[in-house]
Amino acid sequence: MVTLGYAGRLDSANVGALWRQTADILKHARPSRVIVLCEEIEYCDGSGAGLLFYLRLKGLKQGFAVEFKGLRPEPAEMLDRFDADRFAEYGKEKRHIHPAEEIGHFAWQLFVDVQEQLAFIGELHVAMVRCLVRRRQLRWKEVFITAERAGANAVGIVSLIGFLFGLIMAFSFAMPMRQFGVDIYVADLVAVGLVRVLGPFITAIILAGRSGSAYAAELGTMKINDEIDALTTMSLDPVRFLVAPKVLATIFITPLLTVVANVFGLIGCGVVMLSLGFPLVTYTNHVESAIDSGDVAVGLFKAVVFGGLVAGVGCLRGLQTKTGPSAVGISTTRAVVSAIVLIVLAEGVFAVLFHYMGI
Amino acid sequence: MSNEIEPVIRVEGLSAGYGDEVILDDISFEVYPGEVFVIAGGSGCGKTTLLKNMIGLLEPDAGRILIDGDDIVGASGRSRHSILRKIGVMFQTGALFGSMTLLENVRLELDEFTDLPRDAANLIAAMKLDLVGLGGYGDYMPAELSGGMQKRAAIARAMVLDPQILFLDEPSAGLDPVTSAGLDGLIRRLAESLAITFVVVSHELASIYAVADRVIMLEKELKKIVAVGPPDQLRDSTDNAWVRRFFHRQAE
Ligand SMILES: Nc1ncnc2c1ncn2[C@@H]1O[C@H](COP(=O)(O)OP(=O)(O)O)[C@@H](O)[C@H]1O
Ligand SMILES: [Mg+2]
Repeated sequence: MVTLGYAGRLDSANVGALWRQTADILKHARPSRVIVLCEEIEYCDGSGAGLLFYLRLKGLKQGFAVEFKGLRPEPAEMLDRFDADRFAEYGKEKRHIHPAEEIGHFAWQLFVDVQEQLAFIGELHVAMVRCLVRRRQLRWKEVFITAERAGANAVGIVSLIGFLFGLIMAFSFAMPMRQFGVDIYVADLVAVGLVRVLGPFITAIILAGRSGSAYAAELGTMKINDEIDALTTMSLDPVRFLVAPKVLATIFITPLLTVVANVFGLIGCGVVMLSLGFPLVTYTNHVESAIDSGDVAVGLFKAVVFGGLVAGVGCLRGLQTKTGPSAVGISTTRAVVSAIVLIVLAEGVFAVLFHYMGI
Repeated sequence: MSNEIEPVIRVEGLSAGYGDEVILDDISFEVYPGEVFVIAGGSGCGKTTLLKNMIGLLEPDAGRILIDGDDIVGASGRSRHSILRKIGVMFQTGALFGSMTLLENVRLELDEFTDLPRDAANLIAAMKLDLVGLGGYGDYMPAELSGGMQKRAAIARAMVLDPQILFLDEPSAGLDPVTSAGLDGLIRRLAESLAITFVVVSHELASIYAVADRVIMLEKELKKIVAVGPPDQLRDSTDNAWVRRFFHRQAE
């Protein structure tokens, strides 16, 4: 038998220490009966009642009788309001998830995600073809607004980054190549690299960070506010209504932005070449002979695909938004990450494809 | 409520508003321990504004607000903290933290302000949820619950540290009559069994009758209190036309 006695105020400030002592005593004693002396409790609030109730629950679980002696009527009444049966779950350890289960869960999630992406691509194509066939179906105003926000407003940052990229690349190549006396070929190198690969690439990355995330946030907020459901119940397809204008506008502006990035990249490169002492004509001649219209076409084609990927996955992540305050943040993060991964994957596919096609 | 009892809240000459816009002009009233005190009035008359001044979220233009003897106006640091520990608040939308489970929402103050062991905090929080009829919902996320359940959980969170005074902003707004009546019943039960003082903002007649010991009516044009008293008394013997319309549900 164990006798416990509490005195003074049993409130949230004091109960913590008492709780630890009580748990300690009970752990070592393994009693068959516990008597709790309560005469000297001056005040007992919800936390105090929690401690007394804890004793009662422990008693039920470990099979000892608990007797409260001298408990005043108010706390006694408070205690009796709680039905021990309803707290049967209390103190049960949360189920531990096995690593294998976690891996399986992850793989399944991945599978579902790919499935959803494929379904979304299908839906998107249907919606876009429909919009192109019947032009009235497309919300042109939305297309222009998106083109302005994602395209026109991005010209500044794209030209700045393009310029700096051209400058930095030219400068980094110039030093080692000068040792072999071939530094004039920096112009060819940068021109080809920029127009075929890096121009579309940096444009797409900027687009993913600037606009893909914005699409995800916009659609995610609409999802949380039930606006997507509202569209569906009006029998308006959210993909046609919201996604198609964004994707079309983005596909339209990405090649244009790529041209801007290319031009400013070449200017950046030109600045380095001029400062290395080459005349402007020499530089422009080298650029002209290095790239042909095929290179430009390859770059712009990539830009179109990247634009579609960035906008599409941004909107998809937005539509997949779950509930809660952090949901939109998670969606935007996923939009940017997925966009970057897709861009790099596509880049790889293109490299192989164009190699075999001989372009 | 005889006058010998010390009021637990005393509002004196309160003027409040937003910027230059005056919403409440020189109002005074008292709230006594253990009563359910309702702040009533039409939409946009400043009920929430008054509540936010009383809990120290807004700074009034003039006046004093004594909570258990201490002025919350201009209080800062320790004194503000000790006043805030005496009150609990349920906001109009519940304002549960959406990224935490119900139990974590309720447990938050126990974790921050007491040295209770983890399982103790869990049990006490679960008991509070049980008190508002949400026993067994501890692991749910707020978004998984109906509006009425969210409001009850918000009440559980507000009373986890056993405050003397609970402020509730429109507990029945946006709920169906049955759910709203259930919530009114809960408020009465808590007031009677736990001796908590309630300050409830409400604009719903049925719910005012169900919970109120005393009511003050705010009026938008005058920016003043136009009536004080038990709800039956206000209904039967008022000379204010607006209060009469309110209690008899007449349009202007
Ligand atoms: N943050 C604010 N800034 C400016 N005016 C406000 C603000 N909040 C409320 N108001 C105005 O104060 C008045 C009273 O609002 P409120 O206290 O919310 O009314 P109630 O809760 O009684 O419906 C309204 O006219 C409202 O437009
Ligand atoms: Mg309000």
